[in-house]
Amino acid sequence: MRILVVLEHDERGLRLASRCALTLAREAAACSDGELELLVMGYEIGFVAQEAAAYAPVYCADLPGLQHCTADRAAKVIADAARDCGAGLVMGASTSWGKDCVGRAGGLLGGAMATDVTACAMRDGILAWRRAMFAGGVGAWIALEGDPLIVTVLPSAFDPAEPGGEAGEVTQMEVEEATLPNQIRFESAGTKSGGRPDVTEAAIVVSGGRAIRNSDDYERLIGGLADQMGAGTGSSRALVDAGITPNELQVGQTGKIVAPDLYLAIGISGAVQHLAGMKNSKVVAAINSDPEAPIFEFADYGLVGDAYEIIPELIATLSDDG
Amino acid sequence: MKILVPSKRVPDPDQRIRIAASGHAIEKDDLPFVLNPFDAISIEEALRIRDENRAGEDEGEVVVVGIGGAAYEKELRTAMAMGADRALLVECETAPDPWNVARILQAVVEREQPALVLMGKQAVDDDSNQVGQFLAALLDWPQATFASKIEFDAGRVRVTRETDMGIETVSMELPAVITADLRLNEPRYASLPAIMKAKRKPVDRIDCADLGIAIEPRVRILEMEPLVSKRTCVQVSSGTELLARLRDEVGVL
Repeated sequence: MRILVVLEHDERGLRLASRCALTLAREAAACSDGELELLVMGYEIGFVAQEAAAYAPVYCADLPGLQHCTADRAAKVIADAARDCGAGLVMGASTSWGKDCVGRAGGLLGGAMATDVTACAMRDGILAWRRAMFAGGVGAWIALEGDPLIVTVLPSAFDPAEPGGEAGEVTQMEVEEATLPNQIRFESAGTKSGGRPDVTEAAIVVSGGRAIRNSDDYERLIGGLADQMGAGTGSSRALVDAGITPNELQVGQTGKIVAPDLYLAIGISGAVQHLAGMKNSKVVAAINSDPEAPIFEFADYGLVGDAYEIIPELIATLSDDG
Repeated sequence: MKILVPSKRVPDPDQRIRIAASGHAIEKDDLPFVLNPFDAISIEEALRIRDENRAGEDEGEVVVVGIGGAAYEKELRTAMAMGADRALLVECETAPDPWNVARILQAVVEREQPALVLMGKQAVDDDSNQVGQFLAALLDWPQATFASKIEFDAGRVRVTRETDMGIETVSMELPAVITADLRLNEPRYASLPAIMKAKRKPVDRIDCADLGIAIEPRVRILEMEPLVSKRTCVQVSSGTELLARLRDEVGVL
C-alpha cells in the first residue's frame, strides 16, 4: 500500500508536528507492508523538499498560488496527489492546518477518516487505529472502511522521526495555477504572543488554572517560573475564558494536546476536559490548595498549598541554584 | 440571510462515561444529553448575525438541524427557545459517522439553500473535527474553520480564525461553511417565556430516505477502554522538596 504523508513547514523547515506524524506513518508502513511518499506544498520551498527527501520520496507542489495555502487549494493538491500516486492511506499531523486542510481533502476522498490518532496495529487482518473519545474518557480502537483511508496523527503521542530509511528523490508536482480554486482569500496572520517555547513543543510546560487571579499574576508567577525552567506556558480553559491568557495557550480537549517531559499544573483542579490535553505527559506535578482536586489522581507528585506562596519559593530556589 | 446551523446532541460533558458490556459503545441509559457546546455557540452567533442585521439584509432566518432519534426534539426546542426560527429533525436511529452526517447535511443544504452554514468545530463526544470540512468539500463551498470573529463586508464574509500559529484572517464569497471555536461568543440561556413559546414552534421531520441518502458506514468501533490513571501521586511537603525530587528522581530539571 502507498502511504502519502502531508508535511507542514515554516520558514525554518519541516514542522516538528509533521516529523511526529512521520513516526506513526513509519509504524503504519511497517505493519501494512506499505511504502511512504511525502507531499510538501508552498512557494519557494526547495529547502523543505530537500529536508523531507531525507525521509522518503517527495512530491513537491511549489508555486506562488500556494504561498498562503488556504484550505480549498491545499485540499485539492492533497486529493490530486493521493489519486496520482494511488495512495491507499493519506496521513498528516493533527495541527490546526491539518484539521482544516487534510480534513477537507478527506471530504474530497470519500470520508474514511480518523483524527488525532495515537497508535495503529493490525487486528484480525485489518489496520486499526487508536484514538481518544469523550474528552479522553474513552480510548477506542477503530477500523476505517473506504479507499483511501485518511488519518491525522496526534503529534504529542509520538517522538519526532529522524531522517533515515529509504531516502528519496524530489518530484515536482505539476499544478497549474489557473486550476487552483479561488474560494478563500488569505488576508492576514498575526504573530503569536510571547517569546517562550511553544506549548506543544516545549520539554517542560508550566500551566496555570483558576487559582491565578489576573494577567499580571499569571505573567509574574507562571511566566516567571517557566522562564527559570526554560519552559513553555499553558493554561486551563478557565483562564482563557476569563481573558487572563490568550487562547493558543489553552491545554485540553478543545485546545492543545501536549505531552512534555514535565507538566507542572498549578491551581488546576483537573476537569476531565483538561486531563484530555495533558494526561500523556511523561511526568506530572500538581500544586493545588484543594487536597481532593482530581488533578492529584493524574499526577506523579502533588503539593497541597497556595500557588501565591509556593511559586515565589520555587522561583527563588531555582534562581539561587542557577 | 438564511443561516443553517447543524447540531449534535452529546452526553453531558460533566457526566462520567461508562462503556457498555459489548465494549463497542457507551452506556446511554440514564445519561443526560445536551446540545454540543460548540453548536450552542454557533446558534448564538447565527442569532446575533440575524438580530444585528450584520449581513445588511432585512430578512434573516436561523434554521437548526438535528440528526437522530425522536428524543432530539428536546435539544431542538432548546435551540428555538434561544431564538432559532425553526428546526429540522432528520430522523435516524443511530448517530451516523462524520462522512454520513456531512452527506445528510449536503442534502439538507440543497433543500434549504442557506447562504451560510455555521456549525461547531467539533462535537465533544467523538471529537472528530471533520464534518464542517467534509460538508464544504462536498458542496464545493469555501470554508473557514475555528472562527473567533465573523464580519460581513460587501457580499463577502471575513472570518478571524484561531490557529496554532496565532490569529489568521480569511475572507470568502457566500455561500460558505464556518465552524465555530470557543471564543466566538458566550451563548445565551433561554428564558422561561421563550421556552414556553418554543413549544409551539414547528419541528419538521424527515428521514434519510426523504433526502435520498443511504448510510455508507466509514468508521467501525472495534473496542473501547475506559480512561484509568496509571500514576500514583507522591505527596511532597514543600516547593523545595518538589524541585529536589523532580531533579533527583526523574531527572526532568
